[in-house]
Amino acid sequence: MKNSLKEKFLSPSKQTYQESFGKIISSFCILIIIALVVSILGFVTTKGIDTFTQSKINVFDFLFGNVWSPSSTGANGKPEVGAAPMIVTSFTVTLISAAIATPFAIACAIFMTFIANNRGSRLLRSTIELLVGIPSVIYGYIGLTLVVPLVRSIYGGTGFGILAGAIVLFVMILPTVTSLTVDSIKSVPDYYIKASYGLGATRWQTIYKVVLKISLPGILTAVIFGMTRAFGEALAVQMVIGNSITMPTNLTTPASTLTSQLTTGIGNTIMGTLQNNALWSLALVLLFMSLFFNILIKIIGKRGAAKYES
Amino acid sequence: MQKYDLSKSYVKEVNSNIALETDQLSVFYGKKQATYDISLKIPKHSITALIGASGSGKSTYLRSLNRMNENGNTNVKGKIIYEGIDINSSKVNVYEVRKHIGMVFQEPNPFAKSIRGNITFALKNHGIKDKKVLEERVVSSLKQAAIWDEVKDHLDDSAMSLSGGQKQRLCIARAIAMQPDILLLDEPTSALDPVSTGKIEETLRELKKNYTIIIVTHNIQQASRVSDYTAFMHSGHLLEYNDTNSIFNNPEMQITNDYISGHFG
Amino acid sequence: MNPKSVNRIATTVINSLVGVVVALLVLLISYILVTGLPHMSLDFLLSPSQSYQAGGGIRDQLFNSIYLVILTLIISFPIALGAGIYLAEYAPKNWIVDVIRTLIEVLSSLPSVVVGLFAYLVFVIKFQVGFSIISGAVALTIFNLPLLTRNIEDSIKSVPDFQMQGALALGLSKWTTIIKIIFPSAIPGIITGIILSSGRIFGEAAALIYTSGQSAPVLNYANWNPFSPDSFLNPMRPAETLAVHIWKVNSEGITPDANAISSGASAVLILVIILFNFFAHWIGKKLYKKFTVGEVK
Repeated sequence: MKNSLKEKFLSPSKQTYQESFGKIISSFCILIIIALVVSILGFVTTKGIDTFTQSKINVFDFLFGNVWSPSSTGANGKPEVGAAPMIVTSFTVTLISAAIATPFAIACAIFMTFIANNRGSRLLRSTIELLVGIPSVIYGYIGLTLVVPLVRSIYGGTGFGILAGAIVLFVMILPTVTSLTVDSIKSVPDYYIKASYGLGATRWQTIYKVVLKISLPGILTAVIFGMTRAFGEALAVQMVIGNSITMPTNLTTPASTLTSQLTTGIGNTIMGTLQNNALWSLALVLLFMSLFFNILIKIIGKRGAAKYES
Repeated sequence: MQKYDLSKSYVKEVNSNIALETDQLSVFYGKKQATYDISLKIPKHSITALIGASGSGKSTYLRSLNRMNENGNTNVKGKIIYEGIDINSSKVNVYEVRKHIGMVFQEPNPFAKSIRGNITFALKNHGIKDKKVLEERVVSSLKQAAIWDEVKDHLDDSAMSLSGGQKQRLCIARAIAMQPDILLLDEPTSALDPVSTGKIEETLRELKKNYTIIIVTHNIQQASRVSDYTAFMHSGHLLEYNDTNSIFNNPEMQITNDYISGHFG
Repeated sequence: MNPKSVNRIATTVINSLVGVVVALLVLLISYILVTGLPHMSLDFLLSPSQSYQAGGGIRDQLFNSIYLVILTLIISFPIALGAGIYLAEYAPKNWIVDVIRTLIEVLSSLPSVVVGLFAYLVFVIKFQVGFSIISGAVALTIFNLPLLTRNIEDSIKSVPDFQMQGALALGLSKWTTIIKIIFPSAIPGIITGIILSSGRIFGEAAALIYTSGQSAPVLNYANWNPFSPDSFLNPMRPAETLAVHIWKVNSEGITPDANAISSGASAVLILVIILFNFFAHWIGKKLYKKFTVGEVK
């Protein structure tokens, strides 16, 4: 009896095998995801640097060059792959759209937490959450049929351009930024607000000096999330920006972003040629920017948390 | 609060019929030590109460006895001897240990299944397939946990529809359906009303005929009502262990006396 | 200026900004529905599309979108479930797991066009699968995995730990407990997450242009053999989805009634998304009630 008990205690049972099975299966799933991320980063990077290693294009010429014409040769005897017009346009539409969206998002968040009654805020909130889910092609389509004609009638020209792109992106990222801003404002501890009211501060003083100050890291994160989305958005922008690769000189003439050039270009170039590789270099820039935004969010999150603890 | 000398202790030697013994058991949460070298012998077919203030390490100690402390960065040093085997060894099959040493928790935690399903779920997983055996276990465990009369007509209802006290007795039934040797109870009545508490205490007195019971309780009266032996812990140290009568009527240590008379805790 | 008038001005400014947003939202949705609904006839939904003539429908695109959502979920759900379980229950607290979490965050913030291009490069070109539903489903899986994993992890973590403790104390393995006890309790949250992510997949276009392609060959809905080239079930055929269709008729503009088609299709797309949303909330509430019977008093 004793011996068989000891044996039972020292040998694996059905549960031991179940547990190993579960650990293996779930680790395997997480490994698939890791492998995917690593291979995306790897593939895009290797394809993206072909332009510089195989075709010996100077990185600075790529980043700061003004002329994008991979099939023709420039003054220095090398193909012209200056991505600056697209990089500048991408940044411009992103910054403009985020700049317009931020005050609206903050206003909506304040309205929902401090001004509206319960029903009003819930209605606004669920509508905004619904808008987060609207596909970007629909934003693009509305931009094409409403925004572009509007811009055309006011400023003349074609109507396509950075302004139209930025307006479309503004509407597109507004729900995302708003709903994240609401989360951040809601997370401000109630006793700060009560203390402020208790000291005789008005609602606006409380919001401005207490609430917005405490939730600043959260709001910044929300805006950067919005910018990540705006920077990476392809189709909505591609439909309204005009797709002309020139250095933008004003907001109402056709331009081209990194993403719009990628969408239109990949199908028209042949794998392995410089024309194609140059596009992959654009994708690499997109990848870097996405990583950069990620790091920025991390840093802000850490600083915010550290501030809260001290 | 006055300072006590934690290096002195009184532990009564119990030598006959030991169900479980710990030898210098220390539990660490990361770098923080929660219990210090606890050596204790638990007699068979009796109720042993672990008492002490919050943070005295009594629950931590109890949870190591069937190795429920094995999550994250918890580290248990020392020996736990059951049937001559050190079950704290990493070579020992932890699932087998828990089959022999069951546990009931502070918060009643039945599964979101039927009353019957709560009892048969683990049994099936441990290889009992015979419907007749399963049904017998359901009936006998519910009877032993003194809840049979209340639930016998709706065994297929969700366990979630029971009251708090009923849920806890179902959890006791679920534990004894496994036919363990030892039953660990971690403040089993602290979430319950006095009537349910009374019923559960009665159940425990019945159960000790067949099981060895170790109960952690915050309620000193409960310890004096149900237990045969009492161990008093403070700041992770075992300070006094004796039969319950002696502890409550004639404690050896000043600190024990202060605790049971309500001076701190 | 005294604080009270500042307060009043601030409130007015905030209210008017919110007013603008509300007006925008109303304009947006009503514009799509008002321009789109008149085109949304049964004939439009049930007839195939036309490239060079007016009067085309969206039958095949609609079907492709649905088929793609289903295929994507079939591929991504098991992986996300395993990964979510790993992160919720097995992941130790150390720097490796921190790196893994960061990688998943990176994946979720990658532009969908980059994800699409990756799938294009690897599946369509390298593995020579070609423009096909399966390539599209892989691209959407990559795009969907981080969010679904996160959702499953959160849903599993929201199940109270004492359920796990209770099962472990009965000598059950953690894995059995997760699958048989924790997972069923987490189902409401998981289902809500699946439906919401289905909505996202349904409307995604950028990742699909170069993976599932931009052409919709005529389908034979009577052919149930998934290996036959004209079968509607064949996962190896190219398949333009509804969202891609909207993009294509607008940017290429050879179809004479592009506007009518896109407004109709947009209305369909938005209705489906709204439906998904309501369904997600409804089923979440319903299942939540079902699983917590008697717990809330």
